[in-house]
Amino acid sequence: MNKNKLSTLLFAFVLSSALFTSCKPKNSTDAVSGDAAKRVYVAPGKYDEFYNFVSGGFSGQMSVYGLPSGRMLKVVPIFSQDPESGWGFSEETKPMLNTSEGFIPWDDQHHLELSQTNGEVDGRWIFANANNTPRIARVDLKRFKTAEIIELPNSAGNHSSPFITENTEYVVAGTRFAVPGDYEEGDVPINTYKKNFKAHISFIKVDKESGKMDLSFQLRLPGVNFDLSHAGKGKSHGWFFFTCYNSEQANTLLEVNASQNDKDFIMAVNWKKAEEYIKAGKGKMEKAKYAHNTWNDETHTGTSEMKGEVLVLDAMAMKDICYLMPCPKSPHGCDVDPTGEYIVGSGKLAALIPVFSFDKMIKAIGKKDYEGDYEGIPVLKYNSVLHGEVQKPGLGPLHTEFDGKGNAYTTFFVSSEVVKWDIQSLKVLDRVPTYYSVGHLCIPGGDSKKPFGKYLIAYNKITKDRYLPTGPELTQSAQLYDISGDKMQLLLDFPTIGEPHYAQAAPADLIRNNGQLKIYDIKKNNHPRVAKGEKESKVVREGNKVHVYMTMVRSHFSPDNIEGIKLGDEVYFHITNLEQDWDVPHGFAIKKAPTAELLIMPGETATLYWKPTKVGIVPFYCTDFCSALHQEMQGYIRVSPAGSNVPLSFSLGTNLPASATK
Amino acid sequence: MKISNLTALSKVMLLIAGLLFIGSLFVPMWRIELSAPQYPEGLKLQLYANKIAGDVDIINGLNHYIGMATLHTENFFEFKVLPYVFSAFALISFLLIFINKRKAVFGFLIVFILFVVVAGVDFYRWNYEYGHNLNPDAAIKVPGMSYQPPLIGYKQLLNFGAYSIPDTGGLMLAGAGFLIGLVVLKEFKFKKPV
Repeated sequence: MNKNKLSTLLFAFVLSSALFTSCKPKNSTDAVSGDAAKRVYVAPGKYDEFYNFVSGGFSGQMSVYGLPSGRMLKVVPIFSQDPESGWGFSEETKPMLNTSEGFIPWDDQHHLELSQTNGEVDGRWIFANANNTPRIARVDLKRFKTAEIIELPNSAGNHSSPFITENTEYVVAGTRFAVPGDYEEGDVPINTYKKNFKAHISFIKVDKESGKMDLSFQLRLPGVNFDLSHAGKGKSHGWFFFTCYNSEQANTLLEVNASQNDKDFIMAVNWKKAEEYIKAGKGKMEKAKYAHNTWNDETHTGTSEMKGEVLVLDAMAMKDICYLMPCPKSPHGCDVDPTGEYIVGSGKLAALIPVFSFDKMIKAIGKKDYEGDYEGIPVLKYNSVLHGEVQKPGLGPLHTEFDGKGNAYTTFFVSSEVVKWDIQSLKVLDRVPTYYSVGHLCIPGGDSKKPFGKYLIAYNKITKDRYLPTGPELTQSAQLYDISGDKMQLLLDFPTIGEPHYAQAAPADLIRNNGQLKIYDIKKNNHPRVAKGEKESKVVREGNKVHVYMTMVRSHFSPDNIEGIKLGDEVYFHITNLEQDWDVPHGFAIKKAPTAELLIMPGETATLYWKPTKVGIVPFYCTDFCSALHQEMQGYIRVSPAGSNVPLSFSLGTNLPASATK
Repeated sequence: MKISNLTALSKVMLLIAGLLFIGSLFVPMWRIELSAPQYPEGLKLQLYANKIAGDVDIINGLNHYIGMATLHTENFFEFKVLPYVFSAFALISFLLIFINKRKAVFGFLIVFILFVVVAGVDFYRWNYEYGHNLNPDAAIKVPGMSYQPPLIGYKQLLNFGAYSIPDTGGLMLAGAGFLIGLVVLKEFKFKKPV
């Protein structure tokens, strides 16, 4: 081979490899249009257009972001202890995490739902589910604080919750695991699943004014896995829709064994009918044990009440409460369009999206157009209830939201994209990639009667190379798209806490002008151990329990010198923040306390329990930089041996006891 | 008709002046607005005829850093006297309508002007007192610095900007004084004997 031939060959090789390289699709960064930065830029001091409430997944909390900037505003502690605020550490907040099995410091928070009036977001409360230990929480949006947590009996894996009816009449919660009810024998062989395992759906009544929750009744259902749900609205108000998988009723290797049937179900529940049966006394009061924890804003204290029974209605025996609509392949998302007519089921393993028609369903029920029944529950014929199928939409459909302009947006986990389609014609209109493997999505008001179809946020399961790497565990991520035009446009990636699942968003003004609280009025502070001024601060011994009534104000504690504490004492610091000024919380931390700090809002009282373990001087200080003299906001506690005769004394600004200074 | 008698228009103006005196009892006379980097929303002190209002507690809390005495309505005898003074002014204005003598109106104008001067001096005295009589143990001591708010207008005091201006009640009092002045001017200068 001569030199010429060799160089020709080499040239041909280089050329062909260049050709192949250019065939490789362009990298994702090209997907961002030129003025995206301008469209998400919120200048310093300016407010965002929307609040975005994002579930915290395995963090157990809820995070709040501004849109379109993606700036994080707050993490609201709900189901997990939070050492930063003292949630679950202070004596007052411990009852909020109480359950029938005692104190539980963690949970897995998946879905959020804003309260609604007439099917529109009203900005009063947001409901959150705990997936692991079944519970529902209500967060008060005037305070951005968890106001109530109710535990659910007869449930396991509280996944299809906390979805609400259009006037927040009920919050529902369906069990993801079928299990024997708490009122039945639970010590049974697992392989008797088909005989002994049942699923329950809880209907929690919400008080119109106060928001107080009450477990009204539960429906007893066949042992399937309820996955997600949404309420009917408008014409379908009075109905609730739940996806269910594992209609095979497998109890092992569900990956295979629960994927056998071509179709599982969407269950339609006529809850108005269920109410009638309850009124007629058809329900049965069953033994149960569940905690109902409520927060009182005036005593600044949570109370845990243990309930003993629950009303259970056997939906399999009442033939006209529940109906099953066959839905392809282990459906996950269950979403109802703004008109209330269309119900979208997303079969995780299906290659199409079925859209059901409410009118057709009512007609089919009227004609008893059944193909059979499933443990006593009528199964409607697929074709009689189907509006149509979206063909070849993508791979692995999960969730759908709506823009109020006749379009639906569905996420696809496997093909990692969001697809926009027309609800009427079922034609695919547009698709955009997500980075990567999107789970839930959110359009402000996107599951209500009145969506604000300007932005769409995708919550992804995998981020890989999207951010600077941080070792094996990478950040979780949301992506913001502009959906105001015909084509969806990616604007922004922003990191989130925990793992984001479902989220809600609302116009900023709706939340901002809902009567947001700036301080707690100290005159209304009815905490049993409040000190409403420095004159009321004191230290009281009750046996081996020592109660410190302490106040904090810029920039000192009262008292700040405490003596006469002995080993073996149990000390309770009841601390009142005397400030009545916005944005002046104080913190309280004691050296080597095995708990956490307390972060106390103006006008609030909180209590930290502390058991000294060593003789000596123990300092405490304010942790929240409150003023120019914040660093001076500190004090000392003297711990003496058990049996010591050092008298109990406390002071501020004078050296006590007088004998000690001589 | 004697030239000392008041015209109908003057009587109406006296009536309005009397009503303004009554009105001033119910709204703040004066206000001091404070702003600082930490208080973009601003703080305000409002002086009513009978009380101090506004963000008094917050301002008292902040003033302890520079050793300023705390403000309490009960520490000022003025808030006990002023409601009677303004009520008396209102009563006098109404009486003048019936007395119907221009000299009497002139006399009242002199009394009112004297009152304004005394009130101004008194206000200045309190401002001086609070601005200069500082606790020697205060955390923040700036040599040569005093914290006297301006009698009227704007002044920067450390990180706070203080803006002292009449409030609704003060404007009503000024209006009443102006009307009485106008009556005097009209009755003495522009009225021809008939």
